[in-house]
Amino acid sequence: MKKIEAIIREEKLDAVKRALEEKSYFGMTVSEVSGRGKQKGIPLQWRVGEYRVDLLPKLKIELVVLDEDVAAVIDAVVSKARTGDTGDGKIFVLPVESVVRVRTGDRDENAI
Amino acid sequence: MDINTGDTAWILVSSALVLLMTPGLALFYGGMARRKNLLSTIMMSFAVMGLIGVLWALWGYSLSFGADNGGLIGGLNFLGLANVGMGPSDSYASTVPHLAFMTFQGMFAVITVALITGAVVERIKFSALMLFSALWVTLVYAPVCHWVWGSGGWLGGLGALDFAGGTVVHINAGVSALALVLLLGRRRGFPGDVMEPNNIPMVALGAGLLWFGWFGFNAGSSLAANGLAANAFVATNLSAAAAGFTWMVISWIHRRPSLLGTVTGAVAGLVAITPAAGFVQPIAAIPIGIIVAVVCYYSIVLMKSKFKFDDSLDVFAVHGVGGIWGALATGIFASQAIGGTPGLIEGNFSQLLTQFIGVVAVAAFAFAMTWLLGKLVDVTVGLRVGQHEEVIGLDLAQHGERAYGGLLR
Repeated sequence: MKKIEAIIREEKLDAVKRALEEKSYFGMTVSEVSGRGKQKGIPLQWRVGEYRVDLLPKLKIELVVLDEDVAAVIDAVVSKARTGDTGDGKIFVLPVESVVRVRTGDRDENAI
Repeated sequence: MDINTGDTAWILVSSALVLLMTPGLALFYGGMARRKNLLSTIMMSFAVMGLIGVLWALWGYSLSFGADNGGLIGGLNFLGLANVGMGPSDSYASTVPHLAFMTFQGMFAVITVALITGAVVERIKFSALMLFSALWVTLVYAPVCHWVWGSGGWLGGLGALDFAGGTVVHINAGVSALALVLLLGRRRGFPGDVMEPNNIPMVALGAGLLWFGWFGFNAGSSLAANGLAANAFVATNLSAAAAGFTWMVISWIHRRPSLLGTVTGAVAGLVAITPAAGFVQPIAAIPIGIIVAVVCYYSIVLMKSKFKFDDSLDVFAVHGVGGIWGALATGIFASQAIGGTPGLIEGNFSQLLTQFIGVVAVAAFAFAMTWLLGKLVDVTVGLRVGQHEEVIGLDLAQHGERAYGGLLR
């Protein structure tokens, strides 16, 4: 089992979610995050002049899938979240030791 | 003279309008602070409404408007509202109850003290601010108010024009704010760190309440429901409109039309027209407003970028500089047909000189006295919060509250 953490642009969430749904990956957790990468930040306006904000709002999608599904999920996220400009985000894949479904107590593969 | 019901109704409504400016200012300032200092910034204004609201009745009104002592300060004959009753006063606003005049003036004292707080947010110790406010309203506001508006006050006697408080309120607060900033020092991380406003819609709401309340401030200062009130009302709106729009254009030229800039400009416009509203033709408010936006915009650039003063919410640049321009503009644009005094444009150069004397006298007094009082507070209770408190924010450190609580929204 692997956990996939995808940091994406806020406006790409719907497209990514739909693409995952089409491949039958329903479960996910989405959170609002701030971060920075190569994009460096954007200028915003003060009363006079401007200042740079270098932690930009992004969305983080987290989902846990079977090892053999990792490639398909990554493919869905990358194909929908990419614009080609800096700031498209990043995907992390982490090993997962155990999963428990709270409602039933099912474990691991049965709980995904 | 008998009490006039129309005048009385207007002054009471105006008093309520001016009171509303202080909560408006709280939101205006609060939205510009960082999230961790939002409540603390709002609290400063509300605490001042409490403190100064009481002190004004106890001795502030008397020291400002009591029997004259050498043109410098009022006497103690109105102490604790003695001799201030339902009938008109002998010297002021002869068609409204003395109590109505007293409370109208009290609202000015409240907002003047609250204005200063914008310069020192995010680092001043709350207890120090309370002590300073009590001292300041007694030893700076009351004398200056007496000089300009008190019967027998020396600046008023000299012929200095200040219709609604450009000098008494805005120069006084703005220059005092600058002195306090120099004593208190910069916030940790200034300049350099990004200090983002936490809620610009809140700033806009506050500016809206200020604009609304300012009609009471300026048009109420005619102290009667008459043509002069209408003149001041129209001039007030024109200046705010012209200045807000001008600031927007300047920010657009530099980059994009900024909301924060536009509402700041409107407030600067209100500041500038304050001393002039009942002395100039309404249409003169347009150039007064356009010029104040340009002057205040570049004052902020100068203060923040060049001098690196951490006048956090630009109290000196907007109220001090805007107030100075307003006082001088009154000397330039004053019209005999409106307030009985001609200005520079109508050939009376000496009025501009008188205005200049008023500016210098009040600015020098306010700066020196604030410096002294600030020092006094610093060596007794200490002006500044500790480093750790400043880092975690004054909401938690000074007030034990936070603006947005809980995990479930």
